[in-house]
Amino acid sequence: MPRPTAEVLQSPAEGGPARAEHRARALRGPPVTSASGPTGAAPLLEMRGIVKEFPGVRALNGVDLDVLPGEVHCLLGQNGAGKSTLIKVLAGAHQPDEGEILWQGRPVTIPRPDAALAMGMATMYQELDLVDGLSVADNIFLGHERARFGVTRRREMNTAASGLLARLGHGDLRPDREVGALSAAGKQIVSMARALSHDIRLIVMDEPSAVLAADEVDNLFRVIRDLTASGVAVVYISHRLAEIAEIGDRVTVLKDGRTVATGLPARSTPTADVVALMTGRTVEHAFPDRPSTVAAGAPEVLRVEGLSRTGEFAELSFSVHAGEIVGLAGLVGAGRSEVLETVYGARTPTTGRVLVDGRPVRPGSVPAAVAAGMGLAPEERKSQALVLQASVAQNISLASLRRFSRLGLLDRRRELADAREVAGQLDVRPADPTRSVRTLSGGNQQKAVVGRWLLKGCRVLILDEPTRGVDVGARAELYALVRRLAAEGVAVLLVSSEVPEVLGLADRVLVMREGRVVREAAAQDLDETAVLDLVMSGSAVVDPAQELDPEQELDPEQELDPDQPRGPDEPVDRDHAADRDHAADRDHAADRDHAADRDHAADRDHAADRDHAGGPQHGDDAGRGGSEQTVARQGGAPA
Amino acid sequence: MTERTPAGSSAVVAVAPPPADEQDRVERQAAEAAAHAQARRPAWQRAGEIRNLGLFLVLAVLFVVGLLTKGHTFVDSANLLTILRSASVIGVVTVGMTFVIIGGGIDLSVGALVALASVWATTVATQSYGTAGVIFTALGVGAVAGLVNGLLIAYGRLVPFIATLAMLASARGLAERISNKRTQIVRDEGIRAIANTDPLGIPLLVIILLVVAALAWFVLNRTTFGRRTFAIGGNAEAARLAGIDVRRHIALLYVVSGLCCGIAAIMIASRTTTGSSTHGNLYELDAIAAVIIGGTLLAGGRGTLIGSLLGVLIFTTITNLFVLNNLQTEVQNIAKGVIIVAAVLLQRRAREAGT
Repeated sequence: MPRPTAEVLQSPAEGGPARAEHRARALRGPPVTSASGPTGAAPLLEMRGIVKEFPGVRALNGVDLDVLPGEVHCLLGQNGAGKSTLIKVLAGAHQPDEGEILWQGRPVTIPRPDAALAMGMATMYQELDLVDGLSVADNIFLGHERARFGVTRRREMNTAASGLLARLGHGDLRPDREVGALSAAGKQIVSMARALSHDIRLIVMDEPSAVLAADEVDNLFRVIRDLTASGVAVVYISHRLAEIAEIGDRVTVLKDGRTVATGLPARSTPTADVVALMTGRTVEHAFPDRPSTVAAGAPEVLRVEGLSRTGEFAELSFSVHAGEIVGLAGLVGAGRSEVLETVYGARTPTTGRVLVDGRPVRPGSVPAAVAAGMGLAPEERKSQALVLQASVAQNISLASLRRFSRLGLLDRRRELADAREVAGQLDVRPADPTRSVRTLSGGNQQKAVVGRWLLKGCRVLILDEPTRGVDVGARAELYALVRRLAAEGVAVLLVSSEVPEVLGLADRVLVMREGRVVREAAAQDLDETAVLDLVMSGSAVVDPAQELDPEQELDPEQELDPDQPRGPDEPVDRDHAADRDHAADRDHAADRDHAADRDHAADRDHAADRDHAGGPQHGDDAGRGGSEQTVARQGGAPA
Repeated sequence: MTERTPAGSSAVVAVAPPPADEQDRVERQAAEAAAHAQARRPAWQRAGEIRNLGLFLVLAVLFVVGLLTKGHTFVDSANLLTILRSASVIGVVTVGMTFVIIGGGIDLSVGALVALASVWATTVATQSYGTAGVIFTALGVGAVAGLVNGLLIAYGRLVPFIATLAMLASARGLAERISNKRTQIVRDEGIRAIANTDPLGIPLLVIILLVVAALAWFVLNRTTFGRRTFAIGGNAEAARLAGIDVRRHIALLYVVSGLCCGIAAIMIASRTTTGSSTHGNLYELDAIAAVIIGGTLLAGGRGTLIGSLLGVLIFTTITNLFVLNNLQTEVQNIAKGVIIVAAVLLQRRAREAGT
């Protein structure tokens, strides 16, 4: 295949639309547009300088994209880079404010979703577009039902749906099943069948592999190759960079709503280059230095004794000292968030107790936990922590309202003044605390949540995925903030799906697996590989950097532990499956692959979605935020 | 109706312990097999076992109570027809409400629309156009008022609750204005005859309800319109992205509801031989309550027409029992409230057990 010439603009653009327009023009230059694809055909789709604004945020700021017939065009970018908005513009769900779209060489507008479908463009969203209450066939033909005079022809639709599903390698999926009862992978199949039920020339796939197991990803790739062989173009969005090298032809990278590179050859562009383009920087994590004297003589603030919850976690005992940061590492489903919520009183423990400053806290009561000096920054910032309509100040003061009230009347001036002071200390930007918290970026929203507990004056700060949906720049600030709070004597309990974050930030790490702590160690004594091994297998630590003695290899018995629970609906990460395969394989080369897989895992951490600026386009992203590419998805829930 | 019931996980399929690497596939197949077993059972069985069974049970209990307290007076065919006849008017309104609620909306204006349509259709001027004039006016008033609701909600982006609350107030006011708060007598013989005709011994009013309900069931379950109603109520954004004109569809749902109010207005005008601005008082609450205890999600996307009709029957049977036993209406209202809460709690339990 002739490789199209790539043009890469690496410098992050400063300035307004004029500059963006200039950049857009530059990108439109001959090297890109004249690039010939596998067939040498003219572009099927061209997007030029697309701009889309939402109130308070410019989601797209000069996007260029050209897609050739029969190619797999990969679209990359962090969360908030504008991928979701872009594909919604393509699907006719959003109208661009500026820019033009050419379809088969002719300028077009896509006023409504049915217009896109009529043109031959279908979009597979991430589960967003299915109706749970309807059957598989109903979902596939939704909006273009087979009907005569408005009377649906159910049998005909069921037959046609079965045909489509069979073509996708899932003839066993019954078309009369209710979609709500399907697994995430099953829904993905239905979504794809729906796209194929239209007569399409181009199909947009938004992270189609995110919920698929390894064999299903192979199946997906087979379908994609079938499609491209028949001349259909595929716009493929994924965070698994390894996949992109496998299935993709060309790559376009978005950052901050702009195209920063387009036409990159998917197979030969080094992963590191792509990551650098997406993040705009090469160094991802900037952790503050640990103090040399880690809580040596500091008093114990939080003590957890024999805490258990049936089916979630068992016999957990640990303590956190003043000024210490303790991290919990483990897979989603290993019971991390459940532990935090139980410590915080949001769940009632079956056995065990929690003590703050030596005094037991009434179990299962959040008010008791807060009164004892605990504060929680929960996992789902928008749904669990913030009152989105309210101002920054009102969000910060939420836990301390009693302090500002006299006979039930709020002293709003004092409330605002104190909240302003806290916001200033935490450097919440923009610096106006009367702004609606909704308009803040993810990182600043998180600062507001932490500020709530700072104002309240908490002794124990519990952080659940504190940097989910927070961009890299703001992450470093949050890390520094957490470290500073610890230095001021707060005991911090931290959960993160991102192992480097736990290792970089925490002083001490508890590694959890299937509801139990399998290892407790100082953060310096662990590395990412060791932790990944522990959380996934519980096997002995293997350092892939060392030459492996076959005797010290992973124990395949343990790797293939049939008791390792996995719910049927649990998304299964194919890398995990791959890891198992490798472990089963005694071949020495397999271990190298194994190590390489881990490197990929690390790469995916780099590539992980970072929600950037809180904006309307993030509504569907925020929930599944950045953890997708991390170890979070790699395991199952305890039975 | 049956295809809406949650796919049961109750069917148990025995599977030999699979090797670990086969685990996923076997689990998938087991789930499929369970679904097959579910799907193979006759439709009426599946209909009964999940949702409507409870409603039939409640009806049965009410009948037992009626038998115990009033014996033959209650099971007398005349009394049973009375129950059906009194269920007919609110039943037709409930049919329209079912469409709106499944589509994710709510219509608080139904009672007021019944009043407005009954008054407008029974003015001296309208009656001068004869039976057809009265019927046409009632249907037209209902449909147009429903369209106003629909336009305000779909294109004016008003919350359904607010738009129909406004309609409730203004339609009732308009009805009072037209009638000068006086009861208008229906003199047209054709209209009067509707309530007094009993072809094959079944009151025409009941037949009208059955025809409207059958038509509505067909539209909801066998047509594109019905399918899209469920889709919009279940996930409006998904429906929009699938290329459905969601706004037009939502507007049409309120027209359906308004049209049902027009039909109900003719029925009530015939039954009482009057048109009055007080007709249909609190019908919105009765209709919503019947839809809810019938198992339709207030959030939309799920529901059955048969459940709604059973809900109506339950309420009218209760009323009948209270009247027969000379009990006061206050107690009756308390009983209604208790039944609403109990039905919803039971349904939630059934749904949680079923999924």
